[in-house]
Amino acid sequence: MKRSASGKLVLGAVVVLILLFLIVPVLIVVPLSFSDTRFMTFPPPAYSLRWYEAFVGSPTWMAAARTTLTASVSAALIATPLGVAAAYGIQNGTHWSMRYVRLVLMLPLMVPIIIVAVGVFFVYARTGLVNSMTGLVLADTMLGLPYVLISVSADLRTFDQTQEMVARSLGMNRLRSFMTVTLPQIRSSVISAAVFVFIQALDETVVALFVSGGDKQTLTRRMFVALRDEIDPTIAAISTLLTALTLCLIVTIVVTRRPAARA
Amino acid sequence: MPSFAADKADAASAVDRANAAVRYQRREDRTMLLLIAPALIVIVILLVVPLAWLSWQSIYADGFTLENYRRIFTESAYGATFALTFKLSFIVTLVTLLLGYPVAYAAAALPPKLSALVLGLVILPFWTSVLVRTYAWLVLLQRTGLVNKTLLSMGVIDHPLQLAYNQLGTIIAMVHILLPFMVLPLYSAMQKIPENLMHAGASLGGSPLHVFLRVFLPLSLSGVLAGATLVFILCLGFYITPELMGGGRSMMVSMLVSRNVELYDKWGAASAVSVVLLVCVFAIFYAVSRVIPLEKTLGAK
Repeated sequence: MKRSASGKLVLGAVVVLILLFLIVPVLIVVPLSFSDTRFMTFPPPAYSLRWYEAFVGSPTWMAAARTTLTASVSAALIATPLGVAAAYGIQNGTHWSMRYVRLVLMLPLMVPIIIVAVGVFFVYARTGLVNSMTGLVLADTMLGLPYVLISVSADLRTFDQTQEMVARSLGMNRLRSFMTVTLPQIRSSVISAAVFVFIQALDETVVALFVSGGDKQTLTRRMFVALRDEIDPTIAAISTLLTALTLCLIVTIVVTRRPAARA
Repeated sequence: MPSFAADKADAASAVDRANAAVRYQRREDRTMLLLIAPALIVIVILLVVPLAWLSWQSIYADGFTLENYRRIFTESAYGATFALTFKLSFIVTLVTLLLGYPVAYAAAALPPKLSALVLGLVILPFWTSVLVRTYAWLVLLQRTGLVNKTLLSMGVIDHPLQLAYNQLGTIIAMVHILLPFMVLPLYSAMQKIPENLMHAGASLGGSPLHVFLRVFLPLSLSGVLAGATLVFILCLGFYITPELMGGGRSMMVSMLVSRNVELYDKWGAASAVSVVLLVCVFAIFYAVSRVIPLEKTLGAK
């Protein structure tokens, strides 16, 4: 009995250490972003907002932030309906090709991102989409589609399809019955899907390295290039803002999911 | 034989109904394909077509050639890159498994509130930008970074260690970034193991260790396989962290592809390397999908 208790204690300590290893690097940039020196000393000798001012005051960083936000929001708005339609089609389709269609739609998750980037670059170089917002949005849409498919398919599988049949037999057309009967019930997975696409687009760096540039550079692309040269504390400020935004979005998902879980 | 005619009519209407059902199903399938089409078109144009083109490019340059592949399999620089990539992927997968298993076990065994806390601490880094986390490790591991300073002040070392801009730094940062990909599938497998099995094992006289090794561990193996596959495959194609953390000396396959395209404009070489990497990735996915469904492996991502 005693041995198993001390065993539990050791296991607990090990787990706490691993969790610290997971969480400390994510949080460490927060105090550093408020430091008033160039040097990454910890704890910072004095606190200031100078790196946030450097970020907000720089036209190039601001342009990058605008590009990233525009691309991420657009990608979420496009990929979500496309992905929901595809998930619905696969769920209700009986054709033998459905399995393969699904596999093709999952490809962006399976192909290493560097190869995706080279491939997208090849297409854009031929169609003049390099350094364009359209190109960026399309690439983020493509990368986001599997997330929508996974999130929404899981919900559609457990959804009772006969409800929609009832609505249609009562004279509603398919689109209206989907909108009024099905969609409200899979709402939380659709919202999470949109958030996943947004976060994925926010974080996307490798494809942006190849296809975005000039005044249409994304935030992460600029950060990546800056990090190659030196460790600039402005990046700590941007990192903190990105992490805070992600955290808010995750909390949103958890909050929107709860009522569905209770029902 | 009046009933014969009636039978015939019945049969005819049954055939009609069957035909109608088939027609309906066909129409239904066409509608569904139409719904899938937009998503499919995006992925075909931006991913499937370029992949086909990459494969073509790797064997065709003003004529059919295997030169690009010959170079991969004979030139030592290429071989070293593939060997290093597999070695690092193997190490990172092993370390994430060793670190991830106890965390997933705790999340599955703890009461709901604590378990939610543990999972939350795994999911937050999971959704934090890869670039941000690589940056954090650069800050922590550099010569004047927090880790070196702490070790110096504790008197453990008297010179700062070279932790960043090398393979060690790359491994540490990659383990950190990929650990959640290991914990989540492990947790989802462990959570399904019924607790009474453990009680049964104990009541039959098994020591906790014995019950763990003979009951729990084998039942968690599907999670181990899913997590290890995911981490290993993500490692094989990892770009950002090795590029920033590696210090430019240790070349991974992803860096080889990017260098060939960006610096040397050698599309043939980049294509062949990409094809070899893709074949490795798909072969692993295929082999694993024979044991556990692909969806389950990708679900965690």
